[in-house]
Amino acid sequence: MSDTVWVYGEVVDDAVTATTLEMVTKAAEAGDAEVVLLGPAPGDAVELLGRHGASKVYRSTDPVFRDYLTLPAAAAVESLIRQHRPAVVLFASSYGGRDVAAAVSAGLDCGAITDVADFTLTDGRVEAKIPALGASYWNTSTLTHDQVRILLVRPKAFEPAPNPRTPVVVEVTAPDDAELRKVRVKEKVTARAEGPQLDGASVIVAGGRGLANAENFDMLRELAELLGGAVGATRAVVDSGWVPYSLQIGQTGKTVKPDLYIACGISGAVQHLAGMKDSKLIIAVNKDPDAPIFQICDLGIVGDVFKVVPQLIDAIKERR
Amino acid sequence: MDIVVCGKIIPASTVTIEIDPAMKRMIRKGVAHELDPAAASAVEEALRLMEKAGGTVTLVTMGFNEITIGIRTALAMGATSAVHIFDDALAGSDALATAKALAAAIRKKPFDLIICGAESSDSYSGIVPGQLARLLGVPPVTFANEMAVEGTTLAVKRQSETGYDAVEADLPALVTVTSGINEPRYPQLKGIMAAKKKEILQYSVEDLGLAPADVGEQGAREKVLEVGRPPRREAGEVVEDDGEGGRRIADFLAEVKVL
Repeated sequence: MSDTVWVYGEVVDDAVTATTLEMVTKAAEAGDAEVVLLGPAPGDAVELLGRHGASKVYRSTDPVFRDYLTLPAAAAVESLIRQHRPAVVLFASSYGGRDVAAAVSAGLDCGAITDVADFTLTDGRVEAKIPALGASYWNTSTLTHDQVRILLVRPKAFEPAPNPRTPVVVEVTAPDDAELRKVRVKEKVTARAEGPQLDGASVIVAGGRGLANAENFDMLRELAELLGGAVGATRAVVDSGWVPYSLQIGQTGKTVKPDLYIACGISGAVQHLAGMKDSKLIIAVNKDPDAPIFQICDLGIVGDVFKVVPQLIDAIKERR
Repeated sequence: MDIVVCGKIIPASTVTIEIDPAMKRMIRKGVAHELDPAAASAVEEALRLMEKAGGTVTLVTMGFNEITIGIRTALAMGATSAVHIFDDALAGSDALATAKALAAAIRKKPFDLIICGAESSDSYSGIVPGQLARLLGVPPVTFANEMAVEGTTLAVKRQSETGYDAVEADLPALVTVTSGINEPRYPQLKGIMAAKKKEILQYSVEDLGLAPADVGEQGAREKVLEVGRPPRREAGEVVEDDGEGGRRIADFLAEVKVL
């Protein structure tokens, strides 16, 4: 009998997330894929999960899971796990996924492996592959107990693929406990970046703290437009509020693999390298000759980003 | 308001972190350390709340002797006191074992709010705060970009995949902050001098009422089987800008047929 692998499904912006479908695909390869999907979701969500290999969906449409952060979902998942004892539960390394996984892993005293890029499942034993320290190392880790194994999976770790099933839907009753309503969502605010999106871009021009302020990103936008690419940023830049989160590349944020990556004013912190290291060609401009980004780039210019980038923009225009 | 800051003290940003292949752990002993950037922001946020509402700020952290320098930084910034969980039996703790030790230390005193760094800059796992909140039975709010306390309500702008969520939580609660939430103050001479007189309480595993089997290598649920180096990306050409750096990149783009 194959092991049961659960996926904690997520809905963002009224759509099942790409990482959810990637995890379902992998779960169906590793064992019997089942999904826990809590809260309002688009009408075709269950069918979509089935198309990627889900044989069962634990489902509640109760808005409590949308209107109150983390606690109701963690309580529901914890109780479902106790009841059904899956071998593995996969969560996305997203804001929501990470919070629920953390709570459940403490509640069940089972721990978790984070930042998983791949895993194998043999007779209930999990071996997970994890890039460490900005992928300058690889770890292989396991969980040393017979309880459920919780894995937090990186986005884009797996390729979503069709594997059509008709899932059995199991209705889940939402927990009705005032204690679980202590974190209330008052408002969801969308701050979407304009222009080409990072997903699927063949050229990415990214900026780090070296850009000094939000206005200087205009220079990168111009360069990206000339090259038909998209603009990205480091976590520090997003944290500082210069650009929206949808532009964030790194361990927290998007994982990208474009043909060309131009890193401007980016030192190459572990967190950032993890998200862009697999780009085909990397060009870096930074004033610090010891910046780690120079160890992985194909061409590095040690210099002032405010001189080099405008000159590059002019040079491209001259060639047209 | 009595605030606990849980902050990690990590190898300094100038240090290239190595993994000991025999122990399969990061090498932390004998390495220069500093207060993690997100932890420094957590301390700063706590100090601003204390300056407004009174009360105390206690740093609770765990690690070897090497981390004392980071504890002193938090005290010099203005934290009231610190708790240092320090025991060789803690070596090899995974996230959950770390959360258990922190929870045991925090339980010793009443608190209104726990502020943590959202994720540390050495391991980025980001699950210790969520585990800690579950162990202490307080509501968690992670990745705050902005926060305020009004009476017994915590209001937070929390980063989301598409923007932010405005959320509210009842105190006592746990909140994690990103390094963008504020610009942490630099310790001033006066603060540095004052820090020398502040109390650093040291707790061992026994002091915390934990069994050696709960923490460290023994208590860790996660076991690293193997550590390896991936094939290194071949380093390309790195040149000093001679005033032609921009044109040099354009030439390169032409060579690889992007232009």
